Amino acid sequence: MRYHTPSSFEDASAIAAAATGVTRFLAGGTDVLVQLRSDLVTPDDLIDIKQIAGVRDITRRDDGSWRIGAAVSGAELAEHEALIAEWPGVVEALELIGSTQIQARCTLAGNLCNGSPAADSVPAMIAAGATVNVVGPEGTREIAVEDVPTGPGMTSLRPGEVVSAVNLPARGESGGDAYLRFIPRTEMDIAVVGAGVSLSRDGDTITAARVALGAVAPTVLLVEEAGAALVGSALDDMALAALAKAAEAACRPISDKRGTVEFRTHVAGVLARRAARIAYDRAGV
Amino acid sequence: MIHVSTTVNGDAREFLCDPRETLLDVLRDRLELTGAKEGCGTGDCGACTVVLDGRPVCSCLVLAAEAQGHEIGTVEGVSDGEDLHPLQRKFIEHAALQCGICTPGILVAAKALLERDPDPSETEVRYWLAGNLCRCTGYDKIVRAVLDAASEMREAT
Ligand SMILES: Cc1cc2nc3c(=O)[nH]c(=O)nc-3n(C[C@H](O)[C@H](O)[C@H](O)COP(=O)(O)OP(=O)(O)OC[C@H]3O[C@@H](n4cnc5c(N)ncnc54)[C@H](O)[C@@H]3O)c2cc1C
Ligand code: FES
Ligand code: FES
Repeated sequence: MRYHTPSSFEDASAIAAAATGVTRFLAGGTDVLVQLRSDLVTPDDLIDIKQIAGVRDITRRDDGSWRIGAAVSGAELAEHEALIAEWPGVVEALELIGSTQIQARCTLAGNLCNGSPAADSVPAMIAAGATVNVVGPEGTREIAVEDVPTGPGMTSLRPGEVVSAVNLPARGESGGDAYLRFIPRTEMDIAVVGAGVSLSRDGDTITAARVALGAVAPTVLLVEEAGAALVGSALDDMALAALAKAAEAACRPISDKRGTVEFRTHVAGVLARRAARIAYDRAGV
Repeated sequence: MIHVSTTVNGDAREFLCDPRETLLDVLRDRLELTGAKEGCGTGDCGACTVVLDGRPVCSCLVLAAEAQGHEIGTVEGVSDGEDLHPLQRKFIEHAALQCGICTPGILVAAKALLERDPDPSETEVRYWLAGNLCRCTGYDKIVRAVLDAASEMREAT
């Protein structure tokens, strides 16, 4: 295994593009090191992105949108009060990952690019309308987070492409988001179902909403019908029932020791409703 | 082999390592700091906890090469020479350990908590230490020892 510490994303991408064997980028390493140590994946080239300038920066742009560097850890995100005030759901989703020790290392980009359908921060990012900046051999591009995962452990990133930052849109007035997951314990477990909701209000009326579900399909899902079920409503019981129905209809889960198809489908509807309530209340203040 | 210069418990240290070696491997096998323990090797148990630039991490999930230019703190740096840290004294007083394999990691993690928050609630202590598994004590004595150490340290300042 060769260990690289490039000082720019262009160099990181060039190393990856030139590599012929197994290649991994190293952000917090909480997936890469586990896979390395259990002999699941031993990279020939491991490209540590943490020495690139600006990778730990969290910046609010003049238009109110946010840029979160690819190596910002869960602990760093959770200490950023201005970001928490605008995007509490995204922050709480990343904060759910692992323990204090894992928090010091885990990143949004790593959680996304590892490609797990149960990745906790991904539904929250998709609901928020987040995008990632990608640097590759053919230059840079910006992709919506929902277009990154393509299957368990797989992404749409092309050979040599690396995520340089995560972008969150301007929150705007009267917006709120939330993420909830179901696990059988209170800490340190993998989501059986996860639900992220982000919405905007004009008075009591919801003007825009996005809903995303985790662990109920081979990839995290953006459920457009579930978001549409909320728009125009004041989150009354009918809208909540329509939301739950749309969420359930989108589920294509597996049965395993963590939950059956029926259980996961039911919980998806329940969590979508609860997350919508929290997002709605947050949007109201 | 990769040449790494780092700081461990305040001392400048240099070592050569294979790129696949973890920080835990190097601390134990090359730097003779055997306080950090390997329980699981996959980030689940916290026995290998050290601080990296002030934050607790699982040293089994950090490559030794990543330590280049950073500051590491291990359980060997918790006491002041022969003088035990209040957390260490309280662990003995409360019998907060039996076999002791989890203790170094818990001491390091708890010290980092008290540096951040000198007055944590019981719930905060329990959540902060959720990644430090203990097979023996049932956690209660550990939590009480941490809270007692925190209160003694507050009185001392
Ligand atoms: C004890 C423990 C508990 C955990 N609990 C949870 C949990 O509750 N919920 C959850 O969702 N996950 C959990 N995880 C998994 C893991 O912590 C997360 O997926 C984490 O967000 C990964 O981030 P990282 O920075 O450590 O990624 P890394 O391990 O550094 O990288 C992960 C993958 O992403 C790729 N990658 C990383 N950065 C980039 C980039 N900038 N561009 C392109 N590709 C990149 C790597 O090549 C690799 O394939 C847990 C892990 C452990 C060890
Ligand atoms: S040995 Fe590192 S967490 Fe268990
Ligand atoms: S004292 Fe034995 S594991 Fe904690």
